[in-house]
Amino acid sequence: MFAIVRMHDLFAIVMLLSIYGFLCASFFMVMDAVDVAFTEAAVGIGISTLLLLSALTLTGRFEKKQRHKPLLAVFSVAITASLLIYGTLQMPPFGSAYAPAHQHIATHYITQSLGETGIINIVTSVLASYRGYDTLGELIVIFTAGMGVLVLLRGATSPAKDSEGKSKRVTSKQPVPMKQHAILRIVSKMLIPLILLFALYVQFHADFGPGGGFQAGVIFASVIILYVMIFGLRATQKTISLAWLEFLSALGVLIFGSVGLLSLLFGENFLDYNMLSSDPVQAQHLGIFVVEIGVGITVAATIILIFMTFTGRMADRGGQQ
Amino acid sequence: MIAQLPILQVIVPLLAAPCCLLVGRSKLLWFFALLASAMTFVISLVLLQQVQESGTIHYSLGGWSAPFGIEYRIDLLNAYLLLIVSSITSIILLTAHASITAELNENKHKLFYVVFLLCLAGMLGIIATGDAFNLFVFLEISALSSYTLIALGQKRQALTAAFRYLLVGTLGASFILIGIGLMYMVTGTLNMFDLSERLPQVEESRTVVTAFSFLILGVCLKLALFPLHWWLPNAYAYAPSVVSALLAATATKVAIYILLRFIFTVFGGEFSFTTLPLQEILSVLGIAGVLTASVMAIYQQNVKQLFAYSSVAQIAYMMLALAMNSTNGLIATLLHLFNHALMKGALFLALAGVMYRLGSVELTQFAGLGKRMPWTMAAIVIGGLSLIGLPLTVGFISKWYLLRAALENGWWPLAIFILLGSLLAVVYVWRIVETAYFSPAKAGHNQIKEAPLRLLLPTWILVLANLYFGCDASFTIAVTELTAQALLGGAP
Amino acid sequence: MNFFELFNYWVVMLLMMTGLYILIAHGNFVKKIIGLSIFQTSLYIFYISMAKVTGAIAPIIQQGVELYSNPLPHVLILTAIVVGISTTALALALVIRIKQAYGTIEEDEIQAMDEEP
Repeated sequence: MFAIVRMHDLFAIVMLLSIYGFLCASFFMVMDAVDVAFTEAAVGIGISTLLLLSALTLTGRFEKKQRHKPLLAVFSVAITASLLIYGTLQMPPFGSAYAPAHQHIATHYITQSLGETGIINIVTSVLASYRGYDTLGELIVIFTAGMGVLVLLRGATSPAKDSEGKSKRVTSKQPVPMKQHAILRIVSKMLIPLILLFALYVQFHADFGPGGGFQAGVIFASVIILYVMIFGLRATQKTISLAWLEFLSALGVLIFGSVGLLSLLFGENFLDYNMLSSDPVQAQHLGIFVVEIGVGITVAATIILIFMTFTGRMADRGGQQ
Repeated sequence: MIAQLPILQVIVPLLAAPCCLLVGRSKLLWFFALLASAMTFVISLVLLQQVQESGTIHYSLGGWSAPFGIEYRIDLLNAYLLLIVSSITSIILLTAHASITAELNENKHKLFYVVFLLCLAGMLGIIATGDAFNLFVFLEISALSSYTLIALGQKRQALTAAFRYLLVGTLGASFILIGIGLMYMVTGTLNMFDLSERLPQVEESRTVVTAFSFLILGVCLKLALFPLHWWLPNAYAYAPSVVSALLAATATKVAIYILLRFIFTVFGGEFSFTTLPLQEILSVLGIAGVLTASVMAIYQQNVKQLFAYSSVAQIAYMMLALAMNSTNGLIATLLHLFNHALMKGALFLALAGVMYRLGSVELTQFAGLGKRMPWTMAAIVIGGLSLIGLPLTVGFISKWYLLRAALENGWWPLAIFILLGSLLAVVYVWRIVETAYFSPAKAGHNQIKEAPLRLLLPTWILVLANLYFGCDASFTIAVTELTAQALLGGAP
Repeated sequence: MNFFELFNYWVVMLLMMTGLYILIAHGNFVKKIIGLSIFQTSLYIFYISMAKVTGAIAPIIQQGVELYSNPLPHVLILTAIVVGISTTALALALVIRIKQAYGTIEEDEIQAMDEEP
């Protein structure tokens, strides 16, 4: 961990960060947070490393040696640390079942959620039903980020540059990465359908085990990213165009939202799934199912979109040089 | 349908944003976005009326009653803030089409509206929610969208400004999240009202104090309270004009709302002001902020930056008023929330007009503009007078309450500092007036015309609102008085 | 108050401070982002530690098991992870644009370039 502070080779740092992500995920596993471990494994190790790496190729690998404001840094770190130490001293001890955090609403979720939603995985039922609105918010956050990346990286700063970049994109022949690695290509061709299947399994299995729309979306996205890395951006864009992805990421949000609007139409509160069926448990099932699909679509589409925009940038630069 | 209004308030812009992606042309998009924000405005009006008539509105999302589900809870403070944000945003959006056509590439228009609506939805969501974690989520929505909006500015400094804002904003949000986590740890709940009931039982615990400090620290980072303000001037100055107007007029108000909510509702005023030396800290920082930022404003060459520093000073005024911990002080804070939104909205929209014609807002460019763009300049002058706090403008009303509250507390020196701050404001406003009216016009500026009506009209709506609420403040004072009493009186 | 009872929180704090230090002391923008993400991750560990109950199992209901870990922080952190990655993605996009506009991503160099018009 502390190597990260000292080192200047950003590439090595990213690798360390990914190991750190892996450790985190294992730690979450030990702490019984299977869903979180799953997500952290997919995001911390996979997506964020990939994004950092592709950013590094665009910005340069080494950091300048000198650093500034160390005094300010030490000062603010010291203040925050002392505040935290002060606070931790009277925290409820770790692992105690009697800590107030486990007493109030958590008990309700643990004892009631099976009866109210019929879903074994409590995390899923809290995520998609009790706190479903948070999940919609989270979906919007990633949607916002996707739109932000798109608006920032699409086209260069000035219109003149922009048209130039576009023409380059058309004329320059992009190198297809890893063309010579036949084994990689074949293995990945075999793997891709399997991973896709796994993504679907994760998507629909959330009721019983760890998983859900978000994780499935990430896995699905990673397949496409694998495809991009091995077969090149252009081959991928032939099958999945950016405009289509944009549409999909909006669609996911709208699917989620329309479930909410539907309940409004039936005179219920927003995101109240009970109108979907006469049997409340059935209705919850259905509602969570639809909502998770919405999450899956948006997450997958947005992550692919972000990654493709990043690599698109790289290809542009490659063409210009 | 009336019962569903609290959620519609947020959902309309939230879902309109992805719909925008599917709409085609720029003009149509603008119209669509405008429609969405006008709807939020109407809804917020109805909500305010409802709250005034029948008290706090509760709305459980997903049909799960709080604290198990997420609850929207609209009391007078929420309704008042919702009205400010939605009305100002709608007026700003009126100008958006003209202004961004001049400042943005055609291919970015669509995403601009999408992100703009998301930003609006995020801010409304923060205000409407009664759940601490939900607040964090919506905070991030509005934050991410505002970073994007700032980065759309024309100059490259916009990028670094946005990046710095991103670092500070994310740090602030993380601090808030630590605070929420600590609170959950000792109470086991996330619902704000539930928290306020359960926190007194564990008030003694140091964990609560830590939670409180982290929340305040986090919000102050977002708020740009004096020593933590360094990210703000550049962010406002280099963003596209419409975005500067939006951020200056509404974003800081939302941050102040969060502060008020946590200090008075969740922790309770008594706890907040007794466990931590909040009064001393806020008042010292407030005075320092007013003076430093006003002096900095005097030395700026870029008019947007000048007004951005003046925003830092105005935020410091609000903190000062808050620090008094009295009804009149709170009224002053709340009044100034509304009034400052009006004046900064008007000023930045007027600047958008200048930007539209000149492509720059450097002070030197203003020479002789008094004759070339009389209406725009008049708007700036009136907005400036309002900043100073001259009678008949809204600025006067809030300054008046601030002074009254200071004198009530017997804080004589403070009153002097407030007057000193106003004098400094006179200086920086005068610099603009001097260049605009008394300097000879620049050679190339003879062709400059008045800003187009599409920009001028919304600007003047805000200017007239400045004057109207300056002469007849009975509406705002009535609302803020009730709100202040409710906040100080404990639970709403 | 046993030291080991709070051991997790101490580790969290250490990580958090590391992240904060990197964020402030380093001039390289990518490194700042890395610092930020370490800071955020430590926050996740904090929430998850809070949720752990000794002797309990993961919150997936099984017959005959009474003690489950607290599911609510898990849910919150799932959301927070998504928020975190979104922020990172946006920040990286900004850095790429900065690199393009300035040719560098070191803070002091950029500051120097901004000051001379």
